[in-house]
Amino acid sequence: MAGAEEASGRALIDVRDLRFQAGGRQILKGVSLHVMPGEIVCIMGMSGSGKTTTLHCIGGLTRPTGGEIWIGDAQIVGMTEDQLNGVRERMGMVFQYAALFDSLTVFENVAFGPRRRRRLPEDQIRAIVAEKLELVGLPGTENLYPSQLSGGMAKRVGLARAIALSPPVLLYDEPTSGLDPVVASVVDELIMQMRDKLGVTSLVVSHNITSIFRISDRIAMVHEGQILIEGTPEEVRASPDLVVQQFIQGRSHGPIEQARRLARLAEVRPPLHSEG
Amino acid sequence: MADQMAAPAAGMSAPVAPRPNVLTSLLTYIGEIALLLGQAGRALGRQGVDGRDLLDQMAAIGVNSVSIALLTSFASGAVIALYFTPFLMQYGAGSFVGGVVGLAVSRELTPVLTGVVVAARAGSQIAAEIGTMKVTEQIDALRALAVSPIQYLVVPRVLAALIMLPLVCALADALGILGGYLVAVYQEQMPAALFPASIQQYVGPWDFLLGMFKTVVFGLIVALVGCHQGLKTEGGATEVGRATTNTVVLSIVLIYISNYLMAYVMFHKATGF
Repeated sequence: MAGAEEASGRALIDVRDLRFQAGGRQILKGVSLHVMPGEIVCIMGMSGSGKTTTLHCIGGLTRPTGGEIWIGDAQIVGMTEDQLNGVRERMGMVFQYAALFDSLTVFENVAFGPRRRRRLPEDQIRAIVAEKLELVGLPGTENLYPSQLSGGMAKRVGLARAIALSPPVLLYDEPTSGLDPVVASVVDELIMQMRDKLGVTSLVVSHNITSIFRISDRIAMVHEGQILIEGTPEEVRASPDLVVQQFIQGRSHGPIEQARRLARLAEVRPPLHSEG
Repeated sequence: MADQMAAPAAGMSAPVAPRPNVLTSLLTYIGEIALLLGQAGRALGRQGVDGRDLLDQMAAIGVNSVSIALLTSFASGAVIALYFTPFLMQYGAGSFVGGVVGLAVSRELTPVLTGVVVAARAGSQIAAEIGTMKVTEQIDALRALAVSPIQYLVVPRVLAALIMLPLVCALADALGILGGYLVAVYQEQMPAALFPASIQQYVGPWDFLLGMFKTVVFGLIVALVGCHQGLKTEGGATEVGRATTNTVVLSIVLIYISNYLMAYVMFHKATGF
């Protein structure tokens, strides 16, 4: 891949040959990608392709069975939970269904990191929470409970919680899933604002093509446990690969459908490029 | 395409695990619980516990179980008196009734019943709460925020159980003896003064204290099993429900097994007081 060698020397997230096996199935078969500081990189792919697993491995939530993941100058594969906690302070994660702590208020959710991890003084915590809620467009919601929030609001509170300690890296798991197109574009704007206003480096897992092409600096597609393509939105759009085209155009017929049927018969990958 | 079909992998065989039976499964399970206890101990030593979380859990575990524990203990003391008062009185041995009720309640009935009641009431709640957190990614969210789920969830619950169970047991002891007294004196017409005199003669502080100590162990079991089942839940509502019922069943089994071992060490004439 052109430029990868020189680029990965300065990448903030550098994944090399990531492997993950579970339940007898090889889910990740050697995934490599990198994210430069201040970039938004989207990982897209079919459900079950391994993209969420990749994100969870990068966030230190799942232990890969092989490969390396570099977050800055820390290689996290093989780290103990304690060592991972040190690295996790530099990463915020936004979960697909927000994963807010439902017995706590919005305030207590956003304040969680500053209180539990850093034990900052209460007035400083109040200021941080107010600032982050303002940033995500939810000022004054401190006393609400997660059950009182709509899907879009919950996602934004989840984002506020993730950025409470201003981490340089943000990981998003399907940030727009389940949201209507208008709220989805609000979330997209927020992701871009995190980059523009806070200089955050973002890795987004998504299969929302509109969002992906709207926000990405670069896109990587995971297919059957490997990276099929990694490039700018323009490069991806122009890709001659039939699988990529079927995915980004959202067509029901194509090599992906055939691949699924064939995969059930034997361990064979379909032809990737059209003939002639 | 046919010539590209992979031949099935030949020859390689994975190491074969011994066939699981009840005994190995139980020992494996006890091992996992012991591991969790170790992790909780380490987390407590290094990061301590949040006072507010601890108080919340003490309320959830202790206060919510107290009324059922008192009721069951009262009924147990009553039923012991029901059996033994007429039986002993017909041999002129009415002076043993208080002692029998007191020993049965303090050493065995109340501690074990308290353990079982708390397993049903608080153990299931712990498993349901933590299991739901697990399947809604809240446990992952904790870890992503660099907070240890062991320190945040397990430690307060285990400590709360250790503190509250002996207290609930002590209260329930009083109710158990009261139940026995009321049945012996008012239903079976035993002379009232015989009962407390008999207790004083045959039941000592160690009987109560060792009974309360048993509940410390039971509390440990209930909290650890509940947390363990919750933390390893995978799936959805069905699995959370299964984790909840497994917690109650496993806690009760482990309570009865440990009860026998402790009773032998504490009270059997070969070793005990």
